[in-house]
Amino acid sequence: MTSVEKLEARFEEILANDEKVEPRDWMPEAYRKTMIRQIAQHAHSEVIGQQPEGNWVTRAPTLKRKAILMAKVQDEAGHGLYLYSAAETLGISRHELNELLHSGRQKYSSIFNYPTLSWADIGAVGWLVDGAAITNQVMLTRTSYGPYARAMIRICKEESFHQRQGFEIMMTLTSGTEAQKAMAQDALNRWWWPSLAMFGPPDAESTHTEQSVAWKIKLETNDELRQKFVDMSVPQAELLGLTLPDPDLIWNEERGHYDFGPIDWDDFWQVVKGNGPCNRERIEHKVKAWDDGAWVREAATAHAERQARRAAAAAPAQEAA
Amino acid sequence: MSYDVPAIEGEVEAELSGAPGGLPLWEVFVRADRGLNHVHCGSVHAADADLALRNARDVYTRRREGVSIWVVPSSQISASDPDTKEAWFDTDHPYRHPTFYEIPDEVGHM
Repeated sequence: MTSVEKLEARFEEILANDEKVEPRDWMPEAYRKTMIRQIAQHAHSEVIGQQPEGNWVTRAPTLKRKAILMAKVQDEAGHGLYLYSAAETLGISRHELNELLHSGRQKYSSIFNYPTLSWADIGAVGWLVDGAAITNQVMLTRTSYGPYARAMIRICKEESFHQRQGFEIMMTLTSGTEAQKAMAQDALNRWWWPSLAMFGPPDAESTHTEQSVAWKIKLETNDELRQKFVDMSVPQAELLGLTLPDPDLIWNEERGHYDFGPIDWDDFWQVVKGNGPCNRERIEHKVKAWDDGAWVREAATAHAERQARRAAAAAPAQEAA
Repeated sequence: MSYDVPAIEGEVEAELSGAPGGLPLWEVFVRADRGLNHVHCGSVHAADADLALRNARDVYTRRREGVSIWVVPSSQISASDPDTKEAWFDTDHPYRHPTFYEIPDEVGHM
């Protein structure tokens, strides 16, 4: 065996034993690239995901809801940072990750390119978007790259609060006036299909799935996770007294799952390609926030340098004394 | 959700240079409670140690996960080589373990 073959054999052995790949292990370049791409997209999604919700912080209906929403938005920032930290163990810098997001060369989940039009959207996003996220992230706690799996464990613990607070907002609205109930139904109508599309293209058309499954990055396919999410959501919608906007939705006794109607993949691809309702706005806002913060980073660096100079100047004097 | 956003036609894969830049990187260690060790939990970027501690508090202890934090410049960490793992850690011998020794039952718990 050549030395590369030996390294490959060791890498395959780690995967076969369900051990984790750790930062300084040898790994195939394609595995490293795939991992960086996926963790970066995930981190960017958390960071951009602050925007649709942050949109309602100043207009939350009560002080309690406002405090909860701020905690949730802060969590999304935290999740982005756990993930950037994991991505950086693969040899890419934060600086570079920022650049790649800002220039559109790395993507984030398309779900965040839809607008949050009413307060009920905050409920629907928590219930459905975070619910779909949890379905995927629970799987990812067992993913093969150690730092990514560990970040997912932290995130899953916190994500549960997100989904429950969203569902509670929906419950409050559906037990309210007719207008409030209609608002909840409208938000559900707009978020249901994009939430299903969040799981990505069908397995038959998904170019990455096969390799990601072989590398144990993904342990379940897009379609399996999507089905799990539908099965979970139907009784929840019934409990809320809301109707899922899918006339084809029906329990299939034979499969033991709900059948559901076709997803509009043209819309999905339009949004991935940059033509969603908010693609431009999201990146422009992110770049502006980064640029507006430049003076803070510069001031912090200048302060650190001055403190270091002072400490250096004081050191010999102390020795003399 | 799929954080693996599918590539679109004509998309060029990002070139990864790993070029450094921006604020320095710090490794974060959190003590969950008195009586426990500090445990590594991730990293933050900050201009100096004070700001690294503040950032670490905001990022890693929003839910009382810790009572004490250490931050260490990532560049200051020295680590063993994972490729020499087998030889490097092959210091185990059966006689280092209590079960190696045959003691009569009459002795009772030992």
